[in-house]
Amino acid sequence: MKWIRITPDKIVINRQKLNTSSTGGELLKEVYRNHIGGYPKFFKMDGLCRLGFVASELLLAQEQPRRTECEDRAVVLYNRTGSLCDDSEYQATIQDTADYYPSPAIFVYTLPNIVTGEISIRNKYYGETMFCVIPDFDPQVIVDGASDFFQDPMTRSALTGWLDCTDRDHYDALIVLVDKGDSEFTPERLAALHNL
Amino acid sequence: MIANIADYIVSPLGYGSQANYEAVKAGCTMLRRYDQWNDVPEPFTASLMDWAEVESRFHDLAVAWHDASDYTRFEQLCLLSIAGALAQTGIDVASPRVLLVFSTTKGNVELLDSRSKHYGSDRVLLGVTASKIARFLGNRNVPIVVSNACISGLCAQITAMRALESGRYDYAVVTGADVQSRFIISGFQSFKALSPVQCKPFDRDRQGLNLGEGAATIIYKRATSDDGGRWAAARGAIRNDANHISGPSRTGEGSYRALRSVLAGDDTGRIALVNCHGTATLYNDEMESIAIERAGLIDVPVNTLKGYYGHTMGAAGVLEAILSMHSLDDHTLLATRGFEHLGVSRPVNVSNQNRATAGSSFVKLLSGFGGCNAAILYKKLPASPGQDFSTVMKGGKQ
Repeated sequence: MKWIRITPDKIVINRQKLNTSSTGGELLKEVYRNHIGGYPKFFKMDGLCRLGFVASELLLAQEQPRRTECEDRAVVLYNRTGSLCDDSEYQATIQDTADYYPSPAIFVYTLPNIVTGEISIRNKYYGETMFCVIPDFDPQVIVDGASDFFQDPMTRSALTGWLDCTDRDHYDALIVLVDKGDSEFTPERLAALHNL
Repeated sequence: MIANIADYIVSPLGYGSQANYEAVKAGCTMLRRYDQWNDVPEPFTASLMDWAEVESRFHDLAVAWHDASDYTRFEQLCLLSIAGALAQTGIDVASPRVLLVFSTTKGNVELLDSRSKHYGSDRVLLGVTASKIARFLGNRNVPIVVSNACISGLCAQITAMRALESGRYDYAVVTGADVQSRFIISGFQSFKALSPVQCKPFDRDRQGLNLGEGAATIIYKRATSDDGGRWAAARGAIRNDANHISGPSRTGEGSYRALRSVLAGDDTGRIALVNCHGTATLYNDEMESIAIERAGLIDVPVNTLKGYYGHTMGAAGVLEAILSMHSLDDHTLLATRGFEHLGVSRPVNVSNQNRATAGSSFVKLLSGFGGCNAAILYKKLPASPGQDFSTVMKGGKQ
């Protein structure tokens, strides 16, 4: 099992802390520029998608060779705030009838599962993608959910975990790359990693 | 495989699955044109609830369940649908063996609007909404809210199927719902995705979709030999196009792969119907026709119910599956309202007339933003169990 933990002031990948100097929304941009790059669409993304993109890119860089064009990898993520980060930004564009400018470029991100789509597009994953919203971080729900989606006979590995973004500066991610049957992937382990 | 033990639709066409089925069979719709609705500057056509009636019915429900707290429009709609389904069963919804699964795209999003009544700052969060509904019902398990765009209703049923088959729960209450708001209507208008008139699925003159409101609930249990005569969700699959966040794949990639997965081992000749997404946007209907052909289903009758309800978003996968079950019980394939002249590149078998069928299985197909696609294969379990039943249970050829 490989994992990544991202909070607004630090990024840890498999126990290794990434050297960074900024925080909040700037942290994600800094990491995109210094460690990812080559995907200008990043700057069009809302806060949740930027978080998911950075988390998945850094995590998948650990995979040798990095997989692409496959149907046997699922992307199943959970959070508390859904697409609130972008919902609030979209609401601001329509709140005032005198200043009403609904933008399709903002509206498209008002669904939490856009991020699972972005990760699929980037990696050419044709497998299962799903986003679920639960009242709070709950490692048992995430582990039970994984044992459930591995019931699909096609699915052999997954990117799964917690990806929450209240607004562009406030977020919380714990994503794991896990194979079917991995004994390390337990609620206790997820809880411990989330407390890092 | 899981068996449907009760279902209940709340929609502008009526309260209860049978009432809805009869209305659709008779060709009814509540799709109407709205002008200057809730400060939305452009007119639109949609199927919207009579909210005075919802509130009146919910008031009676809340009295009967001894709950005096305030519920949003979305929560009222969900609870009316859940209570309607529960009333047909003897199950104790408060039991720890019962899982609540919700399917919605936007839930209480209207609460972000400063015009809205105030319910507390975190009530806009889907998990908080679901917890509020769970508390009304006395259920203490963590409710799961699937928010996977327009395919959420099928994803919620697949989630229920897996959770029941894992043995963690004995029953799953699956509720799909969405209510319309200035937020959603303005967004779809900004996309130029809305038809100004009643939608025309698969038609050469289709101009886009209509939005709709509704809630639909199915209560599922693991299928056993006692469930003869009931509808079962036999297999489900979710696949991604890996192509674009808002446009469907030109090759129908994810829908084709989802169909291929649920059809594995089944004789496609036994399938009576593919109940499509069929939103009546240019790209969706074209994409579905390609996926259906690639999956070897081009001769199978298809239909879509968007001409009666509009696109009910989180409700669609549950509502349209229920109506397809009721229609096959009535040996009927429902007409595709709004369709006149074939307007997709593949010759899908679609009709604007109700047709007779003797079939007892169908596929429900959906696709949505984020490149996601889902399919479920449903089968009616033989009324007199025996060898026939075990063949169905194994998912083999019937």
